[in-house]
Amino acid sequence: MDNPGSQTTAPPVRVEAPPAPGAKHGSGSPAVVSIEDPIVETRHLDLWYGPTRALVDVTMDFPRNQVTALIGPSGCGKSTYLRCLNRMNDLIDDVRTAGTILLDGENILDPTVDVIELRRKVGMVFQKPTPFPKSIYENVAYGLRIGGMRNRRALDEVVEQSLRRAALWEEVKDRLQESALGLSGGQHQRLCIARAIAVSPEIILMDEPCSALDPRSTTRIEDLIGELRRDYTIIIVTHNMQQAARVSDYTAFLYEGVLVEFGPTKELFTKPAKKETEDYITGRFG
Amino acid sequence: MLTALLLVVVLYNGLGVFWPKALVAVELADGSHLLGVHVDDDVDPATGQRRIKLKTANREDGPAFRWVDAGQIRRTSYPPEAFVVERMTNLDYHGYLRELVTPGLEGLPEQGDLARRLDAALRAADARYAREVQPLKDREDAVARELNEQVKYQKLRAEYRRRQLLRAGETASHELAELEARLAALEAREAELKDRSFDLSRRRAETETEVRRNAAVFVDAAGREKHVALLDIVRAYTPNRMSAFGKVRHYLAKVWELLSDDPREANQDGGLFPAIFGTVLLVFLMAVTCFPLGVLAGIYLGEYARDGLLVRIVRIAVNNLAGIPSIVYGIFGLGFFIYLVGGSLDGWLYPAQVDAGEPVFGRGSILWASLTLGLLTVPVVIVSTEEALRAIPRGISEGSYALGATKLQTLCRVLIPMASPGMMTGFILAMARAAGEVAPLMVTGAVKSAPVPFDGTFPYVHLDRQFMHLGFHILDISCKSPNVEATKPMVYVTTLLLLAIVLGLSSTAIYLRNRMRRRYQVRAM
Repeated sequence: MDNPGSQTTAPPVRVEAPPAPGAKHGSGSPAVVSIEDPIVETRHLDLWYGPTRALVDVTMDFPRNQVTALIGPSGCGKSTYLRCLNRMNDLIDDVRTAGTILLDGENILDPTVDVIELRRKVGMVFQKPTPFPKSIYENVAYGLRIGGMRNRRALDEVVEQSLRRAALWEEVKDRLQESALGLSGGQHQRLCIARAIAVSPEIILMDEPCSALDPRSTTRIEDLIGELRRDYTIIIVTHNMQQAARVSDYTAFLYEGVLVEFGPTKELFTKPAKKETEDYITGRFG
Repeated sequence: MLTALLLVVVLYNGLGVFWPKALVAVELADGSHLLGVHVDDDVDPATGQRRIKLKTANREDGPAFRWVDAGQIRRTSYPPEAFVVERMTNLDYHGYLRELVTPGLEGLPEQGDLARRLDAALRAADARYAREVQPLKDREDAVARELNEQVKYQKLRAEYRRRQLLRAGETASHELAELEARLAALEAREAELKDRSFDLSRRRAETETEVRRNAAVFVDAAGREKHVALLDIVRAYTPNRMSAFGKVRHYLAKVWELLSDDPREANQDGGLFPAIFGTVLLVFLMAVTCFPLGVLAGIYLGEYARDGLLVRIVRIAVNNLAGIPSIVYGIFGLGFFIYLVGGSLDGWLYPAQVDAGEPVFGRGSILWASLTLGLLTVPVVIVSTEEALRAIPRGISEGSYALGATKLQTLCRVLIPMASPGMMTGFILAMARAAGEVAPLMVTGAVKSAPVPFDGTFPYVHLDRQFMHLGFHILDISCKSPNVEATKPMVYVTTLLLLAIVLGLSSTAIYLRNRMRRRYQVRAM
């Protein structure tokens, strides 16, 4: 269960529905382990894009200070699910949700929830790095500035700390005031991670953060994820199963909007409880 | 291609206007003499003979332009002592300087070259005018201002109020009596000012006549003498013996006059300063009104409005607005701004003036003209703002939202800066269109002749006044001038100037945009 580089061990798990040997049938209720002291609890989450149902009755918990990977074939709803966790789907017209997502005991899907506050708690890194056309410094300070922080010294400190944590400080410390657009793709992504860290979120959502990057940059980001799990809960969507196996502690497999299996990564990849999971991770489809 | 050709023609004709051209003295077969500038030549369709066109000026003595058959010319020469005299009235005079009559000017050289003595005398006459006449004139103007602005309007208001009271049936109220007393006082003041004005203008006329007695006596080609008061001479020069340096100096002086002086002689001569100022101020006011409006509308349509039927209709309407002929906007401006808005403002603020038939806002003015132009150009700004916002990758705004930014914060801190080069493009297009529009201005306040809408009395910039505009000026001097031949060079010059201003404004905006673009460049990702 331990990952190399992991500083904390996963909390003990108890398997709700122990997969009986030979119970690998293709349908039926999902094989989901329950988590003690989860940071996010999803209950019966449904989501529709207009008439299309993109998520079907998803119920799972995300463990605190662990890396959880969401895997599944394209269009299975993993990104959609991720975007539910900080209500980014609000930006898309015609999206309806049902069910609850509890973050620290509060239902974040409740319309009265302050989305701004939520997004400061749940940061996000996108597939394509999206640095703002500002200086490196201002990119990292952006979240703080819009939060109303003005103190120059405090800003300096947070910017430096965030860039250090994102393993970018050494490369950019001499050109903080230069445009962020001059950095390379991998640096852009680390800058976006630094930007997300700067507002000190509890959770960082990563939506295929390495798919636009070269292998070297990918390795750096993966190392970074290993580092960051000490302080943050990370939920990462990835297409790359090796990556999921490398970086995550837990893995959830979604298929056509349905959560098929969720469990510790090691187990899911070595002894999948479900037939579909096995087929997917062995490359028989998807 | 056609544009380039047009530009070459305008440049060629416009730039050459102020270059001093040689004066040619022609003796014709019938023994008569002419002194003029060769402006054109062609073949007479009636006789098949070559003929030349001379600008002989001196238009009070006959036609200022004359066709001469080449075969009729017995002898031509370029007399070095021939003068071109630019006059305050009746345009140019061509002739030979005979003598100076300077009874009222002191300290002038008695001997030496006549041309030099003329220069000295001109300076002395100007100095004497500034010393003796100008102070009187200033006082006269001040009195006239008080008379025409303060006393007149106070009287108008008082009379209006009195009529109101009388109409309401009051005959002996306290207020009525007060008004009567006030009117009487104002009338007394008016009479006093009129007296003073009359006295001042008489004294000024006397002094001026005295100064005007100083004159230069010229003889034209036919030998007729002509007294030209020194005050009437704007500038006198002998082109045939000017050095290249002198010509350059003359040229620059003329250009400076064009840029800084008021027009003379029904716009046929002199400077274009009020028109330049009017054009630039108009475009500036237009920008101030249309840019914020267009950008806000574009942002609303692009970011806030939900895609419904109404928004689609608005969008179609905006796109169609850009295709409406500009004169239609002019008429709309006349009806909406001048009659409706201006009329209402007047009825509310200046009922007395309206009653006296002198509306303040309810007539064409630079304010209404610029608002009309703003309306004309706002679709371009809206469309380009919307396009610029749409061109920003979605990830950028999502990145901002994911950090907990509100919509407004995202717009102000990320999207608008990134879209600003695109907005500027729309703005440049709008400006270029506005600067060249004439049709809507003709009905909303551009006039043939008006002072700069800017002076020393409160509120200093008078946006409620009519104004001059270079485009309108071109129309005026090319099609409505009493003397088309004489104004032809001015048409070229004005066109050149208008093009230069449009070009100058656009290039400034383009420069700004390029600077922004470098700053907010989005890498292709």
